[in-house]
Amino acid sequence: MPIGVDEWVAQHGDRHDAGTGWRRAAARLDRRVGWWPRLALALLVGLIFGQLASNVNVETVAVNSLIYAILALGLNIAVGWTGLLDLGYVAFFGFGAYGYAIFSSHALGTGGVGGAPLPSIESIPIVLVAAGTFGAAIGMMSLRVSGDYLAIVTLFVGQAFVEFVNNVDPGTLGGVNGLYGLNPIHGFGGQIITPIGYYYFALIVCAVLMGLLHMLDNSRTGRAWKAVREDELAAEAMTIPTGAVKVMAISFGAVVGALAGTIFAAQQDNVFPTNFTANILILIYACLVLGGAGSIAGAVLGGIVVTAGEQMVSSPTDAGYLFYGLIVLALVLKVRPWRMLGAVIAATIALGVVLHAIVGAISSSAVAGSPGSGGWIGSLVSHWVIVPSKAVGYGNVLYILMICMVFALIHVRERYRLALLVPTIYVAACCWESRLIVNPSITAQILIGAILIATMAARPQGLLGSMRVEVV
Amino acid sequence: MHEFIQTLINGLTTGFLYALIALGYSMVYGVLKLLNFAHGDLYMVGAYIGYFVIQWFGGPQAVSIPVPLLVVIMFLLAGTGAGALGVLIERFAYRPLRTAPRIAPLITALGVSFILENSVLLLFGGFTRSYSTPSFISFSTGIHIGSVDIDSVQITIFVVSIVMMYGLMVLVHRTTLGKSMRAVASDREAAEMLGIDVNRTIAYTFFIGSAMAGVAGVMSGLAFNQISNTIGFLAGLQAFTAAVVGGIGSIPGAMIGGLFIGICESFASSYISSEYTDLIVFGILIVTLLIRPTGLFARPALQKV
Repeated sequence: MPIGVDEWVAQHGDRHDAGTGWRRAAARLDRRVGWWPRLALALLVGLIFGQLASNVNVETVAVNSLIYAILALGLNIAVGWTGLLDLGYVAFFGFGAYGYAIFSSHALGTGGVGGAPLPSIESIPIVLVAAGTFGAAIGMMSLRVSGDYLAIVTLFVGQAFVEFVNNVDPGTLGGVNGLYGLNPIHGFGGQIITPIGYYYFALIVCAVLMGLLHMLDNSRTGRAWKAVREDELAAEAMTIPTGAVKVMAISFGAVVGALAGTIFAAQQDNVFPTNFTANILILIYACLVLGGAGSIAGAVLGGIVVTAGEQMVSSPTDAGYLFYGLIVLALVLKVRPWRMLGAVIAATIALGVVLHAIVGAISSSAVAGSPGSGGWIGSLVSHWVIVPSKAVGYGNVLYILMICMVFALIHVRERYRLALLVPTIYVAACCWESRLIVNPSITAQILIGAILIATMAARPQGLLGSMRVEVV
Repeated sequence: MHEFIQTLINGLTTGFLYALIALGYSMVYGVLKLLNFAHGDLYMVGAYIGYFVIQWFGGPQAVSIPVPLLVVIMFLLAGTGAGALGVLIERFAYRPLRTAPRIAPLITALGVSFILENSVLLLFGGFTRSYSTPSFISFSTGIHIGSVDIDSVQITIFVVSIVMMYGLMVLVHRTTLGKSMRAVASDREAAEMLGIDVNRTIAYTFFIGSAMAGVAGVMSGLAFNQISNTIGFLAGLQAFTAAVVGGIGSIPGAMIGGLFIGICESFASSYISSEYTDLIVFGILIVTLLIRPTGLFARPALQKV
């Protein structure tokens, strides 16, 4: 049983709400199936997905999802289990990628190994051991500095890594141009070159890693990590060697991060300093936080959901599904009872249709623009949202208005909230269609920031994390 | 020798900027025990507000009002704008998490910083904008001692920063608001029990700290001419180092730490290499934390069980 979680108390609400009939049976089945069968099931789903995926784009996104899932798994060791806010994690990712790149290209030139690339079966273990040592060195800092200071020192480590590969020895590390033309992962006479090959490779690595981490989670070390997270002083009083435990957590995380880096470099065929900036760090954090820090399944789910979501935003057709789907989902979860939900949706649709008709009657150029969404959603909303022919300035104003309305929504009393919800959704939709969807990369970044804030405010334990109950 | 003094003067210019940002960091850390990662982005927002003030009054080539008045308006608007934004961020992002585990507001702060940076990118574009300071403030006016130049922008920065820091010292040590800020910083619960309006005090602290960051943003625009949506991250990091070197939570510490980091950076870039300045600042941070984990000016805190 995880330390610090009184499971019986935590599940009290669930037992109460269990209900009858099929929901109860499902809940009982859910309790009976153990962890290992679930992992096998997830792996099976992954393998079937690989068989069904026929499009190279889908396969590339799937590989990226798995890489971020592995990254989130590694970050989870330090952040989720040990409670150390490691903001230099992206340096380990970069370390693995650059390590693989150096050994798999002619980067070492005349020195080193004579310029010949090493087979992956040798280079990956070398990189992982080196990453573990690097991680331990960074982890040593956690012996002297703790809490927020550790966060800022590690943030600097991440920054320093980018500066380092940018400036030091451009002959070997490539400087701003990065390293390219890397050998794919090869060994035992074969090599992996297709995206689907990397998908299966990453899937198996991810599954094996999940198994190992699960065993680690339930081991003596895993318990020690969680003891340090809950109360370092008490853990020390219980004779847990807190220093060694913390160094180990960061070092293990570094190994996992570097492993993700090697797959990333091999699959992408090149590495650049800009692949390892603070933006990527925040993306990894979003994966872990959304999925649920402290949970293996949560980290993997977060990695897949965030990467797939980011991909969906950049396609005009899928972005519509994502945006309107999330709004409807949030309404269904938050607005009770059902007739209020129906009233809110009906009022929003009516408001849009009426406003569109009025504005269209006054000036036809004010509704001349076409919504950014493609597909059937785009044609459906084209008579609902107001998109003028010059949408950029209008969209910017709406963006600020939308943020102000969200603030107002949080601020007003409960009974006015539903009334304000209707115009807020409408403004958000207009802003989305006229401005946000036009710049998918920026929108994705803003959404990632919003995920971090919203998860922390609404459900700090994430999607799959366990609710923590104070045991008095 | 004159090169040495010139480097020192340039270092002081950046140093005062860092000190102003570091003060906000330090004050917020004092009352909330929160690393406000979004603080550097408020500095960036301040720089943008200053830029739009210049555009509003006819652009750098044809300023329609006297230049000193323009600079004053820039400082005032950037200060109030960034300050108000800081208060909003505190109210809507950090206040709901007062009682949450320590890690939750930190991650929220990362998210806020990310949203601010990208919102500015969305609204104003990603290209670097220029204040074009030389077209309305002549760099040649100022003080010249031998071959050492202190131009008028640098003089403005020195004077405004010193006045603001002095004002802050008076505020913290002589007024009721300052007293309640110190009380909240030393023990929030006890302060609340003594009838201090904690929420209001924290809001004021955010306003003052963010306003100083906003003013620093305008100064950076005037002095270095170039602003973009990413300047906040690095400046925030350097300023945080300044706050830590001085001892976080200590106001004189933040000032001296800021000046120290600024001067170190200036010397490093003119005598060693400009590419490694960040690594050198990082080195200073590590050494400070290893030798004196609580900084140069803060008293070591006892951990109570």
